[in-house]
Amino acid sequence: MNKLELQKTANEIRKGIVTSVYSAKAGHPGGSLSAADVLTYLYFEEMNIDPKDPKKPDRDRFVLSKGHTAPGLYSALAHRGYFPVEDLKTLRRLGSYLQGHPDMKHIPGVDMSSGSLGQGISAAVGMALSAQLSNDSYRVYTLLGDGEIQEGQVWEASMFAGHRQLDNLTVIVDNNGLQIDGAIEDVCSPYPIDQKFEAFNFHVINVDDAHDFEQLKAAFDEARTTKGKPTAIIVKSVKGKNVSFMENQAAWHGTAPNDEQYAVAMADLEKVGEALCQK
Amino acid sequence: MSEVRKVATRDSYGNALVELGAKYDNVVVLDADLAAATKTGIFKKAYPDRHIDCGIAECNMMGIAAGLAATGKIPFASSFAMFAAGRAFEQVRNSIGYPHLNVKIGATHAGISVGEDGASHQCNEDIALMRTIPGMIVINPCDDAEAKAAVYAAAEYDGPVYLRFGRLATPVINDTPDYKFEIGKGIVLREGRDLTIVATGLCVSPALEAAEQLAKDGIDAKVINIHTIKPLDEELIITSAQETGKMVTIEEHSVIGGLGSAVCDCLSEHAPTKVLKIGVNDVFGESGPAVALLHKYGLDAEGIYTRIKSFE
Repeated sequence: MNKLELQKTANEIRKGIVTSVYSAKAGHPGGSLSAADVLTYLYFEEMNIDPKDPKKPDRDRFVLSKGHTAPGLYSALAHRGYFPVEDLKTLRRLGSYLQGHPDMKHIPGVDMSSGSLGQGISAAVGMALSAQLSNDSYRVYTLLGDGEIQEGQVWEASMFAGHRQLDNLTVIVDNNGLQIDGAIEDVCSPYPIDQKFEAFNFHVINVDDAHDFEQLKAAFDEARTTKGKPTAIIVKSVKGKNVSFMENQAAWHGTAPNDEQYAVAMADLEKVGEALCQK
Repeated sequence: MSEVRKVATRDSYGNALVELGAKYDNVVVLDADLAAATKTGIFKKAYPDRHIDCGIAECNMMGIAAGLAATGKIPFASSFAMFAAGRAFEQVRNSIGYPHLNVKIGATHAGISVGEDGASHQCNEDIALMRTIPGMIVINPCDDAEAKAAVYAAAEYDGPVYLRFGRLATPVINDTPDYKFEIGKGIVLREGRDLTIVATGLCVSPALEAAEQLAKDGIDAKVINIHTIKPLDEELIITSAQETGKMVTIEEHSVIGGLGSAVCDCLSEHAPTKVLKIGVNDVFGESGPAVALLHKYGLDAEGIYTRIKSFE
């Protein structure tokens, strides 16, 4: 996919996020929107996957360690063809397979159940180790929140990944700067994030704009060719990206839009889409 | 009479893992800096590439095990019961139990028989914690033969299994040709009419001794070895309760939430019966030699006999 196609796809994925959270009347739009471009790049460009064969053994794996942003993952999976986009409206409903947090037992394309912060990265490390043990060629990607890295388990997992030189592992930190209780540096600062991963023997790449596909491409290309070390890509993002009233607002971490807000949000995204069509 | 062979079930665990390693290429063993104590060091010697030391980080170890299982390995994640079931409870619950991944948890040093290390390391709560996780199999073998059989059975079963092992060498009572281990199937070791003793783990052997003692007093006790606490052999428990009336449960675990509670859960619904729960009575343990501790806490043959004798 070229850059414009990726941008258009990301915009559709954002619509799916807003629509699913609106339909559910609950969920986490802010961090889903901040991660939408990373998810788009992974599922439409980077990863070796096949929606027709979600469990093919040599597929690349993705673990959404920041599991609360399931609306972002589900929208990416649906738009990639793992299940109908229409089903996004069943998010969090009783009887729906689209659980509030990723559930590998019931959702096609989900490689690991997650939601309890700090745990996904350990499972991703286990998958990368597994490939290393049996000389499998698949790569493993995991997406963490910047608030999530306050969990001690993240650093247990990172120490192990660095020690084992798991160069088939790419850890992405979605650095939108906000967590439920406010700015991450006010709550309990994880900064400097890059130096922490460096100290844990990672190759670290800082991406200044998580919404720029050229920067994402450069970072993921570098990660793929880095040998002897796992890579951490720290992407500076905007929470609530492209929905005017959600941008950079901690309050939209885990709140669903009402009817009026939903209309505004979709209009915002339509506008982004129209602008892309004129390119 | 020849001396009874005694083996600590943690040794059985290590030895069984080596045999499994030969049988299955995808068996991997994880430890958290306790390989010498959990006896996974025996496996490490035989299969160094398939022994993963995670360092002192049990929560991460459980997550790594989940990732290994999700990609086709059969991981045995090992630590002391206190840390495997206690410290890493939520990782076991959310990363292993919820996705029902094929992880085997080998928890050694369970109960007060850890001995000198004292209460901080004596886990009397693990059975209670693990049996609340949906789909988790909980096995507490009583001797060397049973522990090995349990490890094989766990490897052949597809899903999460919690295996509980001890540090103290205990008498081998199951090394008979007709011994058969089946997950979820209790074993009747002695028939009796007056009451039923249901024991698990290292309490099985003293329970048998106590039953012989009771027989001399004219009390005829049936003795059942419940190696699998979940799923519980409800049929055997119910029919035994109906046959003998009074039930006694014996475990080296808190009387809250363990075998005794599981038996009471079952009987209160299906066959209300008076149950005497013998175990660790809502107290922490303490330092001391294992055998002396078991005596002090009433879990040796003498203590069990005395309690049952006064059970009206």
